Parts: sequence; structure tokens; C-alpha cells
Amino acid sequence: MTMRALPVGDRALLIELADGEEAEALHAELLRRRATGALPAVGEIVPAARTVLLDGLADPARLARELPGWEIPPLPARAEEAVEVPVRYDGPDLAAVAALWQVTEDDVAEIHSAAEFRVAFCGFAPGFGYLTGLPQRYAVPRRDTPRASVPAGALGLAGPYSGVYPRSSPGGWQLIGTTELELWDPARVPAALFAPGVRVRFVREGR
Amino acid sequence: MTDRALSVVRAGALTTVQDLGRPGYAHLGVPRSGALDPRAAAVVNRLVGNPESAAVLETTLTGCAIRPRGPVTVAIGGAPCPVTVDGRPAAWGAPVRVAAGALLEAGCTTGGVRGYIAFAGGVAVDPVLGSRSTDLLSGLGPPPLADGVVLPLGRPVGPAARADVCVPWPAPPAELVLRVRLGPRADWFTDAALRAFTSGVYRVSAMSNRIGLRTEGPALERARDGELPSEGMVLGAVQVPPDGRPVVFLADHPTTGGYPVAAVVDERDLPAAAQAAPGTPVRFIPVR
Repeated sequence: MTMRALPVGDRALLIELADGEEAEALHAELLRRRATGALPAVGEIVPAARTVLLDGLADPARLARELPGWEIPPLPARAEEAVEVPVRYDGPDLAAVAALWQVTEDDVAEIHSAAEFRVAFCGFAPGFGYLTGLPQRYAVPRRDTPRASVPAGALGLAGPYSGVYPRSSPGGWQLIGTTELELWDPARVPAALFAPGVRVRFVREGR
Repeated sequence: MTDRALSVVRAGALTTVQDLGRPGYAHLGVPRSGALDPRAAAVVNRLVGNPESAAVLETTLTGCAIRPRGPVTVAIGGAPCPVTVDGRPAAWGAPVRVAAGALLEAGCTTGGVRGYIAFAGGVAVDPVLGSRSTDLLSGLGPPPLADGVVLPLGRPVGPAARADVCVPWPAPPAELVLRVRLGPRADWFTDAALRAFTSGVYRVSAMSNRIGLRTEGPALERARDGELPSEGMVLGAVQVPPDGRPVVFLADHPTTGGYPVAAVVDERDLPAAAQAAPGTPVRFIPVR
């Protein structure tokens, strides 16, 4: 695994990897090391598409020197526990996605609910997770015209990612379904059901 | 209702509740938020005997007017402004005892942008993820103040500073000098662009807000095309959107972004950035 550690100001490092899978593996290793006390104190560990940001470091240069010597195990293929998200595959873009995938709408629901997902990273809004797990051939473009308002609980696809809007907002993802599950509730512990590294399965309902 | 409360008589252009913010949740997409000028917020808290973590009001340019239901000690600092209680001049930058039902008014700032009003006991709205701060990007915390709103106050914990205490306040910047460290994506810009960035004069744009200090000045030309996949953003990041005008990320900045970050501003210079009025000249000085 090739890592590039880019200094970000005086207290942060941006670690760049070859792809999203490597970024997820490094993120898992960082959490493991933090849990065992093997990581210097850090304020934020923020994974993204193919980077992991470490913010609030006392000595980023030292960590940058040590990183190349790290052994980073690949992600385990399957986890024991996953967050199960009940979904009705009834989104307004279901037909468009079926056309892009060259399958029926029913197949879209079957394919999507058979996949095992992982929250690669969060962003855009509190509790909005970018989920990986669909085979690359199912990647879809964003809508040409974003919707001014996407309802909370809408399940969408964009590029290689699946995501659920935690609250109503504008959005350009292709919407294929709906869930009643409350993904984001700041009064709950945990506030976000989709935190980076969490496994997710979508369970088809209402057939 | 208890008399540990205040009613908002005039909310002003933008007045929000702020404390130290909610760091530690960036991985969930939660901005850090918190007072844009944390030094000023800390001083007004100290003047009324509050811990630094107490929530204060952050005003923007036009101040605000407040009527406490019970007697309370307050202090107003940050951007200088006239202070009155029931129309009579009162001290700025020092503890002021306000009687129950009296009208406390912070006027328009005479320099700087953000004023801070501390109340003994702190503003006691319910915390969200450990903070009472209003986050304008994601909508966490209490909404910005509106006329007629009532906010609860906490119980005072410490004695206020003596009324004759004298606090040195940095003057609002006539020129904003921001020390920067180039990177992480300086290589996305041409050498000429980076020279223009570190030698040219920018001005604070009127489009600036709690999310970012926007600038007007030489546009930074990209050395490469294409898009940067979203990556984590830090406080003080100088993000360059497609129009080429640098934006310095402030407390309510998004936690990830897809525009390249040319440099990062030293955190110690950000309180001055929060007080730089639109039109203020800005210089970015590279340091190693």
C-alpha cells in the first residue's frame, strides 16, 4: 500500500491512498491503533473518498515519517454484525436506474438488497454516509438536474456510492427507495447510525 | 417562568449562541462550529465569572438588544460598540450589572464585525452533541436569534471580575495579515498563481460568513484539470473554488470538500479574520 502524507497546516496530515478500498483499510487500522493506545493523540480522524485526514496532531511530521513502516491488513471480507435498514424500493429514479443497469426494477431491488455495504465516509450533512459495496458495473451518474428537495429517508445512488438522506435537503442522487429508519438523531447515542466503517445491509420490505 | 432568562428585543443582523463548538465529530459530517473569535468570547466569559465553556451571544455588525427577566451581570466585548442600559451609556469590555427588566443594547460596531455578550451563568439552551453553538451550515443547535425569543440563562458559578478591570483588546485589523503554510494541494495551482496568492493584495468580500472568509483579488489559475475526490477539510483551510478566489474556512466550514486547498492559515490568525470587515485588505504570508 502506497501512502502519501501531505502536511495540512501545522497540526494535521492528509494521507492519500491509491483508492477508496485502501483508504477504508487505513481508516480501520487507525481506529484499531487509537483503541489500543498505539496512535498519538488526535482530534479528528476523517476518512474520505481516497484519503484520511488526521487533525489535531501535536507532531504531524513524526507520524508522517512513521506511517510508511506500518503494516495495514486488508479489510475483513465480512463482518458479523451489520446495521439493517428496511427499505421500500419505490424511488422516483428506480426506472432510470433499471435502464442504466439494463435490468428490471424488481432486479434493482434484488441486486441492491443482496449487496453488503460499508460506510466509507460521511460528509455533505451530519449523518450522511457514503456507502460502498455495489460492484463497480452498477455505478451511476448523478441526475443532470438536482432536486430542490429530497425527503429524509430517501435512498439514492451516485457514482459507486449508495446513501440515505438523513434529513430533507437539495440533492442530485438517483433515488431508488425509502426507509423509515431514523439515521441521524443528535439526541440519541449514537447520533449517526452510519459512521465510517459501519457495515450496512438494506432489507427489502413491502413486496 | 424563572427569572433566569432573557428576551430578545432586537435580534440584529445575525446573532447566534456560541460556545467552544463541537469538535470531534467531523467524521460524522458535523462541523466544529463555536465562536469565530474565541479569544473575545473567553474574555467576556471571564469578566462575568463564567468558565470558558459557557455559551455567549455572537453578534454581527449591528449588535442586538436584550431584556433580562432578572438581575444579571453581563459583559460585551469583541468588536467595539456603544453599550446602553435603558438608554444610558454603560461600559464596554467590562462587567455591567443589569437590573431585572432593563433594556441592554449593543449598538452597531465601530470597528470589527463580531461582538460577544456574556451573561453570568451563560446562555443555557439545551446542548446538542455537547455544544450549545448554532451551526449555520448544518442547522445544529439553536436557530439564530429572532425578535421576541426567550433564552434561558444558567446559574452563575463564579464572581464577576471587579468593575475596574482593564482588558487589552486587539484592535480590529486595518489590514488582515494571515500566515499560511502552503499545501496540501498547492500543486494544483500554477507557480504564477501561487506567487500572486502570496504577494498580491486581496480584500475581504461582503459574501463572507461563519462558514468562510471570502476574498476578492487575483484568481488562482489551476495547473491541472479534473476534479479532486472529496477529502477532509480543516479550520483555516484556504479552499479555491472554480472562480479562483480563495476562501478561508471558518468555524462552520464543511468537514469534507472537493475543491483543492492551496494553503492553511495559522489558527492564531483566525480571530482577526473573524473581525475583518468587508473591504479590509488581506495578505497571505507563507511561513515554514
